[in-house]
Amino acid sequence: MKTFYVGLGGVALVGAGLIGVQMMKPATVSIPVDVAITVADTAGFQGYVLGSDTAPVTVIEFADYQCPICESFDAVQWPAVYGSLVATGKVRWVYRDFPLDQIHAHTRLASHAAACADDQGLFWQMKQKLYNYQPSWSFGSGQMDKFRDYVKAIGADVDAWQSCMESTKHAGRIQASLEIGNRIGVNSTPNFLIAGRLYPEFMSSDEMVKLVDSIIAARPKAAPAR
Amino acid sequence: MRYRMAAAMLSLFGFLVAVYLYLYKTGRILGLACGTGGCEKVQSSPWSTLLGQPVALYGVLGYLACLGCALVGIQVGGERRHWSDSMLLAGAAAGVAFSGWLTYAEAFLIEAWCRWCVGSAVIISLLLVVAFLNWRSLRPAA
Repeated sequence: MKTFYVGLGGVALVGAGLIGVQMMKPATVSIPVDVAITVADTAGFQGYVLGSDTAPVTVIEFADYQCPICESFDAVQWPAVYGSLVATGKVRWVYRDFPLDQIHAHTRLASHAAACADDQGLFWQMKQKLYNYQPSWSFGSGQMDKFRDYVKAIGADVDAWQSCMESTKHAGRIQASLEIGNRIGVNSTPNFLIAGRLYPEFMSSDEMVKLVDSIIAARPKAAPAR
Repeated sequence: MRYRMAAAMLSLFGFLVAVYLYLYKTGRILGLACGTGGCEKVQSSPWSTLLGQPVALYGVLGYLACLGCALVGIQVGGERRHWSDSMLLAGAAAGVAFSGWLTYAEAFLIEAWCRWCVGSAVIISLLLVVAFLNWRSLRPAA
């Protein structure tokens, strides 16, 4: 009988301890999928934009933070694409979320983490962190703790970011981007909408530069000023 | 006696799960260890409250009552049914009915699964089995 009461007391103590630990933990966040999309998520949000508004070509990248090919594009191709096309004013680059929830459990959380960094003008830095460290947060648990570390590393206000995450206020824009992608035929990542045409395959920086240059060359030149 | 002990242990497990869900629902725990996102969806649905109170609170009270009945039975001991054995069986049966309704809501109304709620449903089902075996193994009260 004594053994039973010791066992019962032990279970009660361990259970109370575990609950106590949970009470002291900061919030974990889950980004809702079935969210109401507002005008602010569509007309008010055109994606994360980099480059000149007057660039002759717009490239919209639909990507998923947990997608290995997106990570490869970001690590290997993006520096050259940025240098050759965005920095030179040829391309206005737009990044849009296309979370593949069925196969990537944490991608929507990562999208929201980047969106909250965007509130502080640090989207591109956070995007780079998320792709750089993709293998370390894609599996297992503790994604929020890891994302918080990245936010700290890029110099953002961690408390403001945490509040933004808990509010899940950008869930609508993520869903809106996904639905836009679905409407135009995106079905994998990364996909690129270049000058209004969808290229549903991986593209190297060289291929993209050639393509953009050919689009620019094919356009009628403005008549020289007299 | 061993059925009463098993019932007490199961009631304690159920009580701890229900307390965890209640603390989440009332904002004392900020996130559930869930992984799927289903727990938050279930806990924020209209079916997570009943008569103005979190459903988990009924679980806390129900499991506490079952724990009390099992412990009273252990104290009384003996081969005859005590009122606490009948109360334990009735409580577990009511708990299974309540839990069954919640599981139905998860499957067909909310369309999301909370692993803690499913865990509680399993615990209360086992408790009913144990409470029934306990009740059947005892001679009727004198």
